[in-house]
Amino acid sequence: MIDLLAIWNWLVEPLQYGFLRQAIWVSAFVGLICAVLSCYITLKGWSLMGDAISHAVVPGVVVAYALGIPFAIGAFTFGFGATVAIGYIKSQTRLKEDAVIGIVFTGFFAFGLVLVTKIPSNIDLFHILFGNVLGISTQDIIQTLIAGFITLMVVLLRRKDLLLFCFDPNHAKAIGLNTQVMYYTLLSTMALTIVAALQTAGIILVISMLVTPGSIGYLLSDRFDRMLGIAIFSSVLSCVMGTYLSYHLDVSTGGSIVVFLTLLFILTMIFAPKYGILRQQLRQNEIIVDR
Amino acid sequence: MQTTTQALDITVDNLSITYSNARLALYNAYCRVESGTITGLVGPNGGGKSTLFKAIMGFLQPSQGRIRVGDFPVLKAQKRQLMAYVPQSDEVDWNFPVSVFDVVMMGRYGYMNFLRIPSAKDRRLVMESLERVGMSEFRHHQIGELSGGQKKRAFLARALAQEGKVILLDEPFTGVDVKTEKRIIDLMMQLRDEGHTILVSTHDLASISTFCDRTILLNRTILASGTTEETFTEENLTMTFGGLPVMSLQQMFAKSEVDV
Ligand SMILES: Nc1ncnc2c1ncn2[C@@H]1O[C@H](COP(=O)(O)OP(=O)(O)OP(=O)(O)O)[C@@H](O)[C@H]1O
Ligand SMILES: [Mg+2]
Repeated sequence: MIDLLAIWNWLVEPLQYGFLRQAIWVSAFVGLICAVLSCYITLKGWSLMGDAISHAVVPGVVVAYALGIPFAIGAFTFGFGATVAIGYIKSQTRLKEDAVIGIVFTGFFAFGLVLVTKIPSNIDLFHILFGNVLGISTQDIIQTLIAGFITLMVVLLRRKDLLLFCFDPNHAKAIGLNTQVMYYTLLSTMALTIVAALQTAGIILVISMLVTPGSIGYLLSDRFDRMLGIAIFSSVLSCVMGTYLSYHLDVSTGGSIVVFLTLLFILTMIFAPKYGILRQQLRQNEIIVDR
Repeated sequence: MQTTTQALDITVDNLSITYSNARLALYNAYCRVESGTITGLVGPNGGGKSTLFKAIMGFLQPSQGRIRVGDFPVLKAQKRQLMAYVPQSDEVDWNFPVSVFDVVMMGRYGYMNFLRIPSAKDRRLVMESLERVGMSEFRHHQIGELSGGQKKRAFLARALAQEGKVILLDEPFTGVDVKTEKRIIDLMMQLRDEGHTILVSTHDLASISTFCDRTILLNRTILASGTTEETFTEENLTMTFGGLPVMSLQQMFAKSEVDV
């Protein structure tokens, strides 16, 4: 009895701290947004584009600070601007997309580094890179919520078109839909998502949150709706557990979230009933036995 | 809506297509796909059949030339749901998490409201289209779980659901058994009789004369076009699949002008 009570106390003790409860719900919200987008990104094969946007927001954050405007506006402008630059360079040269992406995002990122070291500010580069949800300010939470809700609304309203765009952009054109608009809708919601996740996961780790939940869902289901549900569940669970455990273990919150998420992915990859490695191995063995 | 009841032709006028790798895939192509016919498009691998299809559908921007569907430019025709396209199998991501029903429903998106919520009519037409190609029982399958012939029929059903007046089919017979081929041909003939214009590319030369009213021979440009009887000759085929001697090319241009 006493032991149980002690364990219970140990478990709930951190939850009495307001900053931790706040960190948990903020990161759960971010996890939800990222999971929704991740389904489209993995199906479209745009993870590299996500990487590009997330790095390109850095100069935006610094410029926004220097001008005294909300960081989300600067970050979004530069993140989205990078995708426009990538699209433009790709259409005007014979370079392959991955080369263009590599050039543009490192260019933006390096520019951000230069600015951070030149412009005097209290921006902590470490926080931009790896997130700082435990110390998140109310203002930052508001910006995260706004960016997140806009993303959710856009995806909710356009989800069928976006799915069609990922699956068969030619058909979308054939029925007279504007695929250019869809292209930029998906890119800008991606940029908004990264802005929302900036304070929680940081620009390095946000890629994991934009790719892994969708991949877990994809390995577990053949239907988009189910894939989406699984992605959201695993992402939100990871964010809640990751944040909570980071307190107990006294480790980086962003790191702990992503490690948890990656563990879920590894489990899925091995044990998924249809597309897991074990199942594939068994199937091969069966074929051999059948012969 | 007079335009949707009458058959539409396709006019390709001096079309050239250059890919981004600076390769000229199609040059100075002139042809007309007559309304209310089945027109076969024949040419060697890499001859530019898919390229011509994609240009007609507006997926590729021509470096020169003009395409019209009936009296409309392509974009207008598409906005009016006049043009349906059945892609070559290797253009589809078969691992995508959608069911056959979902795919066929995508044929109806152009008729739906902003949120793409299917109406009773949309559902009915999807079910009818599936029925027509014999795929109703597979409607809940993920698209990758289908055989080659079933995949073709699923995408054909999408074109039916779209109710396009002009239907372009890129190699619907590859990887398809005789029975399914017969079934697809029958369906195309029914559609033609209902007033659709059908352009179909194929490598199955044996069956062309059984169902194509007209034939277009293509190897990087249009080498011949006209009724199947006139066009589908051994001489023309040798020229299309053999080399491309300049002399006979000029002859062909002279000849096809006479034909048209
Ligand atoms: N996306 C592309 N980028 C560059 N070149 C291309 C592209 N698609 C096709 N080509 C080139 O254009 C030419 C015509 O190709 P196309 O696919 O139209 O031929 P096809 O007649 O459909 O052949 P198949 O019978 O094999 O389907 C080929 O030489 C091909 O290499
Ligand atoms: Mg082809």
